[in-house]
Amino acid sequence: MTPGRRHLEPLKEWLIERFIWLCGVSAIFFVFAIFIFVFREGADYFFSGFKAGEFFTSIEWYPTSRTHVRYGALALITGTFSVSFLAMFLAVPFGLGAAVFISEFCPPRLKEGLKIVIELLAAIPSVVWGFIGLTIMNSLIVRLFNAPIGLNMFNGAIILALMSVPIIVSIGEDALKAVPDSYREAAVALGCTRWQMIFRVLLPAARNGLLAAVMLGIGRAVGETMAVLMATGHSIRIPHGVLEPVRTLTATIAAELGEAPVHSDHYQVLFIIGILLFTITFVINITADFIVRGIGRK
Amino acid sequence: MSDLAYSIVTRDLSLWYGEFQALRSVSFKARNGLITALIGPSGCGKTTLLRCFNRVNERYGNVTTTGEIRLLGKNIYDEDVSLIELRKSVGMVFQRPNPLPLTVYENIVFGLHIHSPARLNASALDEAVEQALTDVGLWMDLKDKQKSKATSLSLDQQQKLCIARLLPLKPEIILMDEPCSALDVEATRQVEELMLELAGRYTIIIVTHNMAQAKRVSHECAFMLMGELIEHSRTEDLFIRPLDKRTAEYIEGRFG
Ligand SMILES: Nc1ncnc2c1ncn2[C@@H]1O[C@H](COP(=O)(O)OP(=O)(O)OP(=O)(O)O)[C@@H](O)[C@H]1O
Ligand SMILES: [Mg+2]
Repeated sequence: MTPGRRHLEPLKEWLIERFIWLCGVSAIFFVFAIFIFVFREGADYFFSGFKAGEFFTSIEWYPTSRTHVRYGALALITGTFSVSFLAMFLAVPFGLGAAVFISEFCPPRLKEGLKIVIELLAAIPSVVWGFIGLTIMNSLIVRLFNAPIGLNMFNGAIILALMSVPIIVSIGEDALKAVPDSYREAAVALGCTRWQMIFRVLLPAARNGLLAAVMLGIGRAVGETMAVLMATGHSIRIPHGVLEPVRTLTATIAAELGEAPVHSDHYQVLFIIGILLFTITFVINITADFIVRGIGRK
Repeated sequence: MSDLAYSIVTRDLSLWYGEFQALRSVSFKARNGLITALIGPSGCGKTTLLRCFNRVNERYGNVTTTGEIRLLGKNIYDEDVSLIELRKSVGMVFQRPNPLPLTVYENIVFGLHIHSPARLNASALDEAVEQALTDVGLWMDLKDKQKSKATSLSLDQQQKLCIARLLPLKPEIILMDEPCSALDVEATRQVEELMLELAGRYTIIIVTHNMAQAKRVSHECAFMLMGELIEHSRTEDLFIRPLDKRTAEYIEGRFG
């Protein structure tokens, strides 16, 4: 090394350090900036004309009515929760089951293949999923269930489930892989069957990771926009069965923000919905965190 | 029926990991109720032989075995042998203590739970736990800690717990793979004492690298080299008058 270059070495170190620091700090900065921006866009209306009572309890969402504008989001909130819940009801057993299969039962060759397929599934853009819902699932549901329309809560939930399963599988499989092999040896040597080993040893030992997998799956379902917009039928009402169309909070923002005049009440209410979504995912994450820590301490 | 004096009898046992032959025609006998030590240099196949006796070697996909293994007179490769029953009667203690990530209490009743289809009554379980902990000399230390995580105990307590959790299943044979290699001198002494107390009730096979340990705890001793069983006799005889030159060289510390 020449003397000149050696001279530059500390400077290089310093630059790299600064750069990494900048990356870290800016990530935090952007998250806060986004939150503040979203909140500011809705703040005016939030503090003056916003009727929280109506927003949370009424199903009457008439943002563009000429005579009587109403912003009741109850149906949208129900829509989001019902679709997400049904999606998780389908995705969690499948996802965790697949994770257990891949990590414990699968011959190594098949394992590699399956993991590639799952990564491919995770990489499919959501608009493509929405398209599948709109075309294939739509006609399938009409034919199988004799439903009047195939674009409904069930369709949306299946699409969401298909989108979250890859996440649950890959994170769940990581969690199971992280369970030390010595636990398996101990269980096998004590005479466990495969299933006893899975239910009594592996799942409890990996529960934090598995819970994280499920939570990320839920997060994906609650936050997803494009696919549910295309697959759920987009009708504002409280569903009485899984074959009825619904509309979600996210789909409402996506569909209406473009047409709402900037800074109008409608525009601001959509931002308030954004804040609500923010809060929901935040609460889910915090809850997950507490559950994980609570279990960890036990 | 001379075999009844022996808990374990193998005949021409050979084992391959893929292409690699780890056991070569091993014919080994372990006397009922005694402690038999397996010694030999690293990689000679001690662990492999031990893991044949409860068939946990089969966890690895690439293992082929030929020959015969009889435990308590029964060929363990017979069609009608249940692996679950086999592993119930043959307990195993590992090199690194591996209690399950459950409480002390749950670790000890684990075996009972998996082997009995019905729900067990709580006082019988409590009794089994007390008995097992007493047998391994942990009752005084752990009677108030039964609800704490087994993985938070000290290493020697963990290893004794790993022995204790076998006892409620009333095994005939206990296999130990270098059970003291993660423990300090004092804990090693305690585990050795424990083994001597358990001998008689159980047939114990212990793999060890430590020849002083083999001398202290074992009644019989078997020397292995490169997958072969070279010599097997009473421990005093093996250490004082080894018959094979290679055994003599090994116990004198010339290789290994
Ligand atoms: N799962 C496995 N796959 C392939 N080869 C293995 C496997 N386990 C052990 N071997 C090989 O088999 C031989 C015997 O191994 P084994 O573990 O039985 O030796 P050991 O006598 O217990 O040695 P140590 O004293 O180091 O524990 C070694 O050469 C080892 O590399
Ligand atoms: Mg070994």
